[in-house]
Amino acid sequence: MAILDKHAILEKNVTLLAVFALLVVTIGGIVQIAPLFWLENTIEEVEGMRPYTPLELAGRDIYIREGCYVCHSQMIRPMRDEVERYGHYSLAAESQYDHPFQWGSKRTGPDLARVGGRYSDEWHRDHLRSPQSVVPESVMPKYGFLENRAIDGKYIQDVMATHRFVGVPYTEEMLENAKADFAAQADPEADTDGLIERYGDKVQVRNFDGKPGISESDALIAYLQMLGTLVDFSTFTPDASR
Amino acid sequence: MAKKPIKKEDVGTTGHSWDGIQEYDNPMPRWWLWTFYACIVWGIGYTIAYPAWPGISQATSGLLGFSARGQVAEQIAAVDAKNAPMNDKLASVELAAIDGDAELKGYAISAGAAVFKTWCAQCHGAGAAGAKGYPNLLDDDWLWGGDIDAIHYTITHGIRNTDSDDARATEMPAFGRDELLEKEQLDQVVNFVMSLSGTAQDAAKVEEGAVVFADNCASCHGEQGEGMRDLGAPALNDAIWLYGGDYATLLETVTNSRGGVMPAWSTDFRPTQGLSEAEICAVATYVHSLGGGE
Repeated sequence: MAILDKHAILEKNVTLLAVFALLVVTIGGIVQIAPLFWLENTIEEVEGMRPYTPLELAGRDIYIREGCYVCHSQMIRPMRDEVERYGHYSLAAESQYDHPFQWGSKRTGPDLARVGGRYSDEWHRDHLRSPQSVVPESVMPKYGFLENRAIDGKYIQDVMATHRFVGVPYTEEMLENAKADFAAQADPEADTDGLIERYGDKVQVRNFDGKPGISESDALIAYLQMLGTLVDFSTFTPDASR
Repeated sequence: MAKKPIKKEDVGTTGHSWDGIQEYDNPMPRWWLWTFYACIVWGIGYTIAYPAWPGISQATSGLLGFSARGQVAEQIAAVDAKNAPMNDKLASVELAAIDGDAELKGYAISAGAAVFKTWCAQCHGAGAAGAKGYPNLLDDDWLWGGDIDAIHYTITHGIRNTDSDDARATEMPAFGRDELLEKEQLDQVVNFVMSLSGTAQDAAKVEEGAVVFADNCASCHGEQGEGMRDLGAPALNDAIWLYGGDYATLLETVTNSRGGVMPAWSTDFRPTQGLSEAEICAVATYVHSLGGGE
């Protein structure tokens, strides 16, 4: 074992040891970091994905603040039972504007990746107020207080700018109109031409919490009702190598 | 028989010595060493057979051509193929004829129960008994009709949604909020409605309420409060309440109106997560079989 005996040389020369240690760490670093530079090509091209509207983004922040992710994942795995239970398996593209993403495997509650449109707004209101009123066996806490917390989108433009900084393609126009779009989406009477022009005609506009004004409940329900509904699967062909 | 332990003096030491502490240089157990080598070989083989090594544009796809997406597509296709004869029959046969075909009916009810627990139970309850605002499907009180064709239509197009243009959609006026009735009249008509199912409080109000009812409510709810299914107007004379039959709840209903929403479940309206025609037929049969079916 002549080569192993040479190990003693390394151990006795601190500079040499440092050089080789750096070499080993570099290899480990390249293996871990280099693939991140090609991250883009793990995200397949799909039609329909858009950045969150200001109201949805605010709802997403509430979702994160309340720790919904502790019990709910947003990732339908490519397995038959999951696909039959929750719908088409999730695509990388569907989380491409998520910072941070909401994947996970901890499911005290069901996966929410495609919860959008599955229930009425009224169901969401009843369910947030008292989950047990609609699902008696649920262990989810009550979130009725969200209805009483008014929000005005004061910081939403900054939040969007931050998301743009990490790569979400918000345009200058979207940032400028952030507050107006925020208010318009929760108001069925509002002029929504700008909102629809910027975010597409699939944007859902209504009074999500059924009460006057914009509450955190409005934002959260707007976010939930959009989840998983963006990608146009009629134009999607799965690439087996992904 | 365990092997005789190697004598200490035969193996020598590793040569290190710290403060006089030395270490014997015993060899690794053979079985362990060979398992270790086998793992390395298996690991290399695995990365050749299965997708593993990242490349510039995509990872190596592996000699076996495995993909998680391919696998799930195959599994779903396999189950679909097995169920295809029954599903095709279910989707093509007249709904009313399912009842007469024992095999088809058995299949429809089992499949329908699975669909119900996945998609319907969150509102209508795991046992279909409903909840406040979400109709009970076990009884024979139906808003939009309880024969199998009506149930099928309701599941396909839903109620008051924006998914389907043919969704069942009617709107009760908000008599109080929109000031269509005076406060006094609201009070009277609520008393009258309560009297229809035998829980009236004030005879004088009931009499006046009858007039208000005839002028404002009877066109949809019927002159005797028997309801009208074409409009989804519930019967008010049967002591079965969707939102509640106490004074406060009824006042709230007349003041702000009610209007439950149900999504349209057909894949026509939700391609990624909707129900196929066979699934809709199955769950309609299941709901129809729960006790209230007409």
